[in-house]
Amino acid sequence: MNVAVFILFALLCLGGALNLLLQRHPINSALSLIVVMSSLSVLYLLLGAEFLALAQIIVYSGAIMVLFVFVIMLLNAGEEERTHGSRAAYLAGIPGVLALFAVLAGTFITLRLSFGGTRLGSFLVTTGDLSRVLFRDLLLPFEVTSVLILVAILGAVVLARKEH
Amino acid sequence: MNILIFILLNLLKVAVVTVIFLMAVAYTVLLERKLVGRIQNRWGPSRVGPFGLLQPLADGLKLFLKEDLMPTAVFRPLFILAPIIALSCALISIGVIPFGENIRWHGVDMFQIADLNIGLLVILGVTSVGIYGIALSGWSSNNKYSLLGSLRSSAQMVSYELALGLSVIGVVLRTGSLRLRDIVNLQNTHGILSWNIFGGLQIVAFFIYLCAAFAETNRTPFDLPEAESELTAGYHTEYSSMKFAMFFMAEYANMITVGCVATVLFLGGWSSPFGSLFPAFGGPLVQALLPVFWFVLKVFSFLFLYVWVRGTLPRFRYDQLMGFGWKFLLPIAIVNVMATSLVLAFHG
Repeated sequence: MNVAVFILFALLCLGGALNLLLQRHPINSALSLIVVMSSLSVLYLLLGAEFLALAQIIVYSGAIMVLFVFVIMLLNAGEEERTHGSRAAYLAGIPGVLALFAVLAGTFITLRLSFGGTRLGSFLVTTGDLSRVLFRDLLLPFEVTSVLILVAILGAVVLARKEH
Repeated sequence: MNILIFILLNLLKVAVVTVIFLMAVAYTVLLERKLVGRIQNRWGPSRVGPFGLLQPLADGLKLFLKEDLMPTAVFRPLFILAPIIALSCALISIGVIPFGENIRWHGVDMFQIADLNIGLLVILGVTSVGIYGIALSGWSSNNKYSLLGSLRSSAQMVSYELALGLSVIGVVLRTGSLRLRDIVNLQNTHGILSWNIFGGLQIVAFFIYLCAAFAETNRTPFDLPEAESELTAGYHTEYSSMKFAMFFMAEYANMITVGCVATVLFLGGWSSPFGSLFPAFGGPLVQALLPVFWFVLKVFSFLFLYVWVRGTLPRFRYDQLMGFGWKFLLPIAIVNVMATSLVLAFHG
């Protein structure tokens, strides 16, 4: 059952990602990205990360992608022009991506034993567990990250401020 | 055999809840027309059936039989997808809301479809995905009024979602759980005195939730996305027949869901306002259905408030709306979170 759900949503995720690259209209690409984000959240749920799964939906599928769609709607971007693409991109890009994928897969397979593993659906991290780790063991990195985000917000405000 | 009964009962439960929910949506429309009618000193619909009670049926039939126009310049796939997203997101949220005690029959929870650990987050997540229905409908209609309406609506929903999310944090802090049943059980002890709005001192949070919820559901005084005097009908200008009906149903379904969430979070859910002041009466059936009665009564008063506000308040201007959300509701919500956590840290 868990494996079936995993395969279904992993395929959906990959299909969405491919569709994102192949679509010509920007809004279709943005919508495929939403499909990718949402199927990732189902995979998190299968791994027992409830809070992460819903945070993924609320933050990525909800807030961030709404901004993407918003920008596309406001700029009124039409269909892209279909070019043949640069030859260099095809020649270097596809083997490069394959090589990167092979290296990552090889690393994960060789290091599988030292990482340890778990069965799908046999594992549950409740919101309480997660917050205990975040606010007790990892408090300093967590707060430093939030300061980083604050800096980004301030930067955005400075950039958007009207000149008087 | 047991698993078969379990699955059948669950399917039956989902079907019954969905049908009741859709009926409630239809009759909320009638309630609104009747009440707004009385507020404006007229009768409202009164011709179809006694007191106009069959009006929703007539309206539904009319919308169903209307011609489904497909304007030529629309972006077809998204034009069709948008109302489906809007309605399905509006219908999903009801699945996590508990409307009665945890009474099990053949292992099936009778008064809740799914009891999730993260029920509250599911509702927030579904709401944030629901924005796409409105955003895409306006864009795909290829109509300037629709686009303006949907831009207003998405900007408004994204802005007020922050205040909405922060207003429920006080309740979550008090409960220490995102599970809606836990939230109600905490308010279940001393009747009205232990409800979050009074005993939990979350009355400010309730006010923030109320304002943000009105904005999230695009209702007066925040109904700028469909301000008919400037935008014809806003994001659903180009829609007709059942596609329009789906947006219409989504709006009213969202109103009911917001009412249910407010009831669960702040008004004690299914718990009686008298606590255990009166001795239990009636058989087990009455005792099982009484909480559902209280729940429905609370949701009904919330819907009544919705209509009352619509009949009373004029529409905000758009800059006032944004200023109110970002400069007033959001700071108050943050202060409320800080105050609640301080109180809990020193007294909890």
